Amino acid sequence: MTDYEIEEHEYDVLVIGAGGAGLRAAIESLAFGCSTAIVCKSLFGKAHTVMAEGGMAAAMGNVYEEDNWKVHFRDTMRGGKMLNNWRMAQIHAQEAPDRVLELEEWGALFDRTEDGLILQRDFGGHKYARLAHVGDSTGLEMLRTEQQKAASLGIKVFSECTINRLMVDKKTNSISGALGYWREKGNLIKFKAKAIIIATGGLGKMYAITSNSWEGTGDGHAMAMMAGAEMVDMEFVQFHPTGMVWPPSVKGILVTEGVRGDGGTLRNSTDKRFMFNYIPEMFASETASTEDEADSWYEDHSLGRRTPDLLPRDEVARAINSEVKAGRGSPHGGVFLDIASRRSPEYIQKRLPSMYHQFKQLAGVDITKEPMEVGPTCHYAMGGIKVNAETAQSSVNGLFAAGEVAGGLHGANRLGGNSLSDLVVFGRRAGKGAADYAKNTESFLPIDQIEIDKAIQNMMMPFDNSNGENPYTIHKELQDSMQKLAGIIRTEEELVQMLSKVEDLKKKMLSVTVEGNRWFNPGWHLALDLEFMLTNAESLVRAAIERKESRGGHTRDDYPEASKKFGEINFIIKQVNGSIKVEPRQSDSMPDELAELFKDK
Amino acid sequence: MPLVDLKVWRGDDNGEYISYLVEYDEGEVILDVVHRLQSTDAQDLAVRWNCKAGKCGSCSAEVNGKPSLMCMQRMVNFTPGEEIIISPMKTFPLIKDLVTDVSWNYENARKVPAFSPKKVDTDGKHRMQQVDIERGQEFHQCIECYLCQDVCHVIRDHPENKDNFVGPRFFVQIASVNMHPLESASQKPSALYGFGLDYCNITKCCTEVCPAGIKITDNAIIPLKERLVDDKYDPVRWLGRIISKGKSGK
Ligand SMILES: Cc1cc2nc3c(=O)[nH]c(=O)nc-3n(C[C@H](O)[C@H](O)[C@H](O)COP(=O)(O)OP(=O)(O)OC[C@H]3O[C@@H](n4cnc5c(N)ncnc54)[C@H](O)[C@@H]3O)c2cc1C
Ligand code: SF4
Ligand code: SF4
Ligand code: FES
Repeated sequence: MTDYEIEEHEYDVLVIGAGGAGLRAAIESLAFGCSTAIVCKSLFGKAHTVMAEGGMAAAMGNVYEEDNWKVHFRDTMRGGKMLNNWRMAQIHAQEAPDRVLELEEWGALFDRTEDGLILQRDFGGHKYARLAHVGDSTGLEMLRTEQQKAASLGIKVFSECTINRLMVDKKTNSISGALGYWREKGNLIKFKAKAIIIATGGLGKMYAITSNSWEGTGDGHAMAMMAGAEMVDMEFVQFHPTGMVWPPSVKGILVTEGVRGDGGTLRNSTDKRFMFNYIPEMFASETASTEDEADSWYEDHSLGRRTPDLLPRDEVARAINSEVKAGRGSPHGGVFLDIASRRSPEYIQKRLPSMYHQFKQLAGVDITKEPMEVGPTCHYAMGGIKVNAETAQSSVNGLFAAGEVAGGLHGANRLGGNSLSDLVVFGRRAGKGAADYAKNTESFLPIDQIEIDKAIQNMMMPFDNSNGENPYTIHKELQDSMQKLAGIIRTEEELVQMLSKVEDLKKKMLSVTVEGNRWFNPGWHLALDLEFMLTNAESLVRAAIERKESRGGHTRDDYPEASKKFGEINFIIKQVNGSIKVEPRQSDSMPDELAELFKDK
Repeated sequence: MPLVDLKVWRGDDNGEYISYLVEYDEGEVILDVVHRLQSTDAQDLAVRWNCKAGKCGSCSAEVNGKPSLMCMQRMVNFTPGEEIIISPMKTFPLIKDLVTDVSWNYENARKVPAFSPKKVDTDGKHRMQQVDIERGQEFHQCIECYLCQDVCHVIRDHPENKDNFVGPRFFVQIASVNMHPLESASQKPSALYGFGLDYCNITKCCTEVCPAGIKITDNAIIPLKERLVDDKYDPVRWLGRIISKGKSGK
């Protein structure tokens, strides 16, 4: 094979991903005195986190004094249909308030309460107004704050540099490094590292309708699994109930839950607030049963129970799906989200400026005057790399994970606002975990040259192939079939069909052919991402077949109820001798003092 | 589907405009059409994007000569059959097609003094009033599209100024640190030297192109310039500066 020149670097800790999680991890690892670098696919500052809108959940009690970590913990577990790793949920609820204050200490300017504290807003599934926010651009605030902190510390950033393979020392099951390429020229780059933190974000790009950007191809999920790491809960994908549905070009772009948090309500074509018809038993005692009750709850939470518009996302997404199926949808196949008739134009523009502009500029809709049209969009991966709650280490020594790519915290369904807080709580822990590990590791492990050669050959294949399909066509086929066969509502038959589709697409991928050369070539980049998307699609579908019940982000038409048996099982997904295996594992049970919180009072 | 005549820059500095006839839908934006072109006739076309909703500042280019975000330019605003010329940003070195080397901006970002907060109140919290943070929140809306940098004549027409002038985006960042209600060092105008504020002659072109609606000139640059001027004519501060210069010179 041709000899390729490879640029080489060595770091104690290498962080893959420059979103909220990766940046927080790198800052922490550096603080522990480890040489640290960050690698990211896009320019620095463009990670998905920058798009997050509604806010960051933390029981600070600034708006409702009654709030505390126990209530947040309970909300998170119930939202996740009790499948969450309880210890992660506990740590998250306990540490989130400090992480919000830390961002403020680094310069973030959150919206304020009247007495000058950080204001908190209502969101789905959270008992109290709990989301620290900046209008509807909270992610931008978080990412810029961390970015400027990282820049001031002088952390080395390799941007527009994509990692394609993790390197593992097979004998000791320990991480040794990573191989990647620069997007600009396609030149190869190799990192030796004592510890690696994966913080690559989500995998929504395997679906046709998604709020995720081109980066959401789940590289970290797939690379970690290929490196031997155990994955968990891969069947659970969150369809956010409110994505834009029209015009076609913006289909899937997110409409923040903050619209409902700030008073907006869902209506069908007969102008009915249909969510009142979809209150599940689990939430009935805490949910308003009349419109009047719901509206007074907005004024003061002690005056009524919460509006069903703010049930957890899985419930709302399914309800919208049913309304549309029953023929009560909006003209473009969604439902209406109305804030115009409920709040003043000034209030809407102040609280939701970016939604106002998004609809005005992209759809020609003035949300202070007319309702929006919205429908479900693939948004978030609950599943991911299985990690230790304290250290964020995976089942591979020296391989850590934080942020959306890690699994466990959110169980079967994530509550809005719990991701941004997750990023910094577990980003920090992963940074410390990796730094501790690196410090206790004397020398860098050698990287197996045969593995490097194999990886390079694989990367260059799309140029050597001829007459295969182009990567865009294969990607589109995957997206359309995932949307149709493994979307919000699933059946065994369709999932099995999807599995053979994946096999079929894997064959096509082997002969995928790209134009041009390695010089900033998005066609080639996509061709390489296909492998990751197909691997994750297979994990997802295999786990979804095994979970013969409906729970959270996983709804089975052939098993419409939640089952007690599956309620105590998490599926572990791993690669054994090149093929993907799914195995049930009993979930850890929580200690009595936490279990106490769920006894109905 | 109607067709649009897209003229796109292809290649590096030695490249050329190539015309493509591409299908489009009324509800689409320029970036959609560029993506359609990419998935059909120009599969290695280099273009940056992430959010497709004006939130990440990745898809900056010049559309018919005007610096803009390709994801926010709706096709309904063009007449069918109209030729649309898409060029990379001119102020930055070209990498390929629509992608430029914006690393100069990241170097400038490292020059801006870091935020150093005042102490927290006794209960461990900071208190700020909403009215006092509104200006800062405006500055924080910056999506780092660098369109303001692209349009500013100080560097667009005189690349040699890049060593001495950080550009409007970083005036916004400096202002955001400087005017932060919790900034402990904000009263020190010495922090404002060395960024090339005096090169700016307030043409306001940067404000006009800013997709985040930041009033760059009125709210960031002019107040910073005023602080500098005040400082120059304030004899006590002037003396202070000489002394501190002497100190740091050791
Ligand atoms: C529109 C939108 C709105 C949202 N709103 C909210 C909200 O209000 N509240 C909330 O809590 N959550 C929200 N979320 C979810 C939340 O924003 C994300 O889950 C979160 O930002 C993910 O952060 P992360 O750090 O894990 O990864 P990301 O921010 O996705 O960053 C991933 C990083 O990994 C890099 N990367 C990926 N693959 C590779 C590779 N192969 N090599 C090198 N680098 C790689 C990328 O370049 C990027 O830097 C929202 C999401 C979206 C899409
Ligand atoms: S106002 Fe100043 S910074 Fe802005 S474009 Fe004009 S010269 Fe440049
Ligand atoms: S100030 Fe405005 S134009 Fe300049 S980089 Fe920021 S968002 Fe873009
Ligand atoms: S793609 Fe994010 S601003 Fe255009």
